[in-house]
Amino acid sequence: MTNPVAISLNVNGERVEAHVLPRLNLADFLRDHLKLTGTHVGCEHGVCGACTVRVNGDIVRSCLVLAIQAHEANIETIEGLSDSGEISDLQAAFRERNALQCGFCTPGMLMTAQDLLKQSPSPDRDAIREHLSGNYCRCTGYQAIVDAIETTARMRVEGRP
Amino acid sequence: MTGADSTPAALSALDRPNSYIGKTVPRPNLDRLLQGRGLYVSDIELPRMAHVAFVRSPHAHAKIIRIDSSAARPMPGVIAIVSGDELSKVITPWVGVLSHLKGLKSASQSAIAIDRVCWQGEAVAAVVAATRAQAEDAAEHVVVEYEMLEAVTDMRTALDPATPIIHASLGDNLAFERNHDAGGVDQAFADADEVIEAEFVFGRHTGVTLEPRAVVADWNTAERRLTIYQGTQAPHMVQNIAALHLGLTEAQVRVVCKDVGGSFGIKVHIYADEMATYALAVLLRRPIKFVADRIESFNTDIHARDHRCKGKIGVKCDGSITAFEIDDLTGIGPYSMYPRTSAIEANQVVNLVGGPYVTRNYRARARVVFQNKNVMCQYRAVGHPIACSVTEGLVDLAAARIAMDPIEIRRRNLIADDAYPCGSPSGLRFEKLSHHAALAKLVSMMNYDALRAEQAALRTKNIYRGIGIASFIEVTNPSAAFYGVGGAKISSQDGVAVRLDPQGSVICQTSITEQGQGSEALSAQIVASVLGVSMDRVRVILGDTDNTPYGGGTWASRGAGIGGEAALQAAKVLRRNILEVAAAILQSAPEQLDIVDNEVVNANDRSPRMALSELGRIVYFRPDTLPPDIQPELMATRHFVPRDYPFAFTNGVQASWLEVDIDTGFVKLLKHWVVEDCGTIINPQLVDEQIRGGVVQGLGAALFEKCVYDERGQLTNANMADYLIPMACEMPDIDVGHVISPTKETELGAKGAGEAGTAGAAAAVANAVNDALRPFETIITEIPLTPQIILSALRRI
Repeated sequence: MTNPVAISLNVNGERVEAHVLPRLNLADFLRDHLKLTGTHVGCEHGVCGACTVRVNGDIVRSCLVLAIQAHEANIETIEGLSDSGEISDLQAAFRERNALQCGFCTPGMLMTAQDLLKQSPSPDRDAIREHLSGNYCRCTGYQAIVDAIETTARMRVEGRP
Repeated sequence: MTGADSTPAALSALDRPNSYIGKTVPRPNLDRLLQGRGLYVSDIELPRMAHVAFVRSPHAHAKIIRIDSSAARPMPGVIAIVSGDELSKVITPWVGVLSHLKGLKSASQSAIAIDRVCWQGEAVAAVVAATRAQAEDAAEHVVVEYEMLEAVTDMRTALDPATPIIHASLGDNLAFERNHDAGGVDQAFADADEVIEAEFVFGRHTGVTLEPRAVVADWNTAERRLTIYQGTQAPHMVQNIAALHLGLTEAQVRVVCKDVGGSFGIKVHIYADEMATYALAVLLRRPIKFVADRIESFNTDIHARDHRCKGKIGVKCDGSITAFEIDDLTGIGPYSMYPRTSAIEANQVVNLVGGPYVTRNYRARARVVFQNKNVMCQYRAVGHPIACSVTEGLVDLAAARIAMDPIEIRRRNLIADDAYPCGSPSGLRFEKLSHHAALAKLVSMMNYDALRAEQAALRTKNIYRGIGIASFIEVTNPSAAFYGVGGAKISSQDGVAVRLDPQGSVICQTSITEQGQGSEALSAQIVASVLGVSMDRVRVILGDTDNTPYGGGTWASRGAGIGGEAALQAAKVLRRNILEVAAAILQSAPEQLDIVDNEVVNANDRSPRMALSELGRIVYFRPDTLPPDIQPELMATRHFVPRDYPFAFTNGVQASWLEVDIDTGFVKLLKHWVVEDCGTIINPQLVDEQIRGGVVQGLGAALFEKCVYDERGQLTNANMADYLIPMACEMPDIDVGHVISPTKETELGAKGAGEAGTAGAAAAVANAVNDALRPFETIITEIPLTPQIILSALRRI
């Protein structure tokens, strides 16, 4: 299992073919091979949430997934969600509320927040905090992030842009 | 922003139409970070770049007998394996002392250990390979033979004659001692009706920046120049130190700092492995990248706190505090950090204890000892949480002893708001503080009396809630008194250059740095306000020693107060220069013109005269049409350093409302309030978010965070699953209010706000827990307040 393995996957709507070592994790594959550096690596043991990406629609810790496990999968990263406009309202709310300082946790936070809002259109603050409980932010103290997600949820429900 | 009052006092150059001062405006360029398109050091790749992984000591204290890299060298991708001895031919060792900390001593430290390791995690060899994974593979095959030495781990016995001396040349394990005695302490205790003593214990914890420390060092041997890409708070300091120890001039070193994934003081120091990376780049003539992994971060990022502080307070029955006394002990690892030293925190504790209060009687001793644990140094709110927890813990103990309400005892002892300027018994000078106004505002924001009623009602149902109050002072805007006077080449002044470009846009180069606090935003807000341009026209450049004025960077809550004032003064000069040129073109006089909304206008009626873009066009491309005696200067530079006061002290007060589950020992934080006074507020939202983030760092220390070492000096919880950090679900909402007392030392009037949250949060929580547990007649003076600590205090385990 030390020779490169051919994988084929879809990343942000683009077909990607690659040969990767079996031990390579998805976070390193996205960052080092595809240069999609918006997926951040904070702990490499599945605690901090900075490397959160979507695999076939579900959010996962890309440091805990091997690249070869993503064979034939549909991967979406922060770059993809940004370019598609899917989370532009959430990003605007984060900007207006200053729900980021250093920005290192932000891509993972946005991924997780969007995941919550897709599952639950009107979460209360406790539910937001609970859903974010696997995403570490050292800068903000979380309140601004909770505010921004709450605002986005309300505006989506009210059908405002 | 409950209770926020964000109206700043009138400001000459800033109190203008469309001023951005005092307004919440989004930070520029946030989209870059929101879209994952920032550039952190861990993202940087350069041609021919190689990666370094360090072989690190598994022992806390051991002799290095032999390093055998023969099995590692032939492994795939390996470029070089370098020992401390080999690297010492490129980079010289250092000693982390400063002359103003009298008696501070430390031993010589090398980039990679030579002959001996002094803590678990110290690097003993560097493995450079084409990829990080290959470097790590090879590092596992470097065989190091050690001879174990006895590890000094317990600070309480570090000075005992039977304890081994870590550095024989120093004579003992005492790094630093400070004694202070002011007023008549013995008489004051004799005059007191009650004297209460307690020992306060603080867990060793660390910064856990989400992006680990990271550096890419690139030596261009043809240019004889080293470019260091590093997530640092102080680029010019790194430039100076790298040059000094590599035998280069400062002009041969450029430090570039792009986006930084969190700092909090962790990234303001010089680390041995970063020095090794610079040296490896020179040695191997290629770019070398080092990114600490999380285990390395826990074992080598500076730790902080780890104090045991005995405290004593005297109080009269009328509530007046007669004296404070402390005896503080802290263990800092085997070396004093470079170049800021590891004596600063203990020194700050001595400075700050009792600081909010009127008593003049204060005695203190602080001792700083060496240990075979990771190095300890300045982390957000240096010394403040210790001093605040000890002071406020003692004040609450005194209040409880004389059966006085915690708010009332503070009202009777806080320095009066009209008593300034004045000094503290430890020698601090206060220009203007607002303890009473802040306390009054806090009481109103939290609806104190109603909370007390709720608390009493719930107690009858066996629900134990507590209220904790903590007043504090905060050191901000440090002058040269902090480091410069001790011989450190760390600038206390900052510079800003502002330039009007042809299309009417503005470039602002500043020596303060950005790690998310909003340095870029506040610089743009000030410059745009003074110049009369819209903020989107101002581009701020920071974090590059080649392309900014010389300065200190961002640490110790100095960015807004010092860098902001330099921006204000530079923009004023540029504004004057613009108006002089405009007056010449328009055949008017500068004082009859103004700049509003990117246009030169008549000062009296604001009627438009000329767009700045038109002025730029003429100055840059048709200067031939200007009068012959005019030489426009559309770039201006100003520097600033505080001179009147060594530090601009701020003040504030925090309150915690929480519930203790007496069966499980868990603490549920229900609400937290902060009122603080940072002078002029440039951007209320950014200040509030600094406070909130700081509070949560303090709450982490209060409840969760601790580096757990065993008796052999092994860090047993060096990962984010076992080292608990505050997450969203455990944190409360935090209401922030302000009192505004601008400093008169600057035209801007801004003081810092970066430490305030962290300074008092743990003290408020500890007081609240003790308040909740009052029916059980137990007092806890140790943090983190884990379930084990609480259940032990309740004698339930």
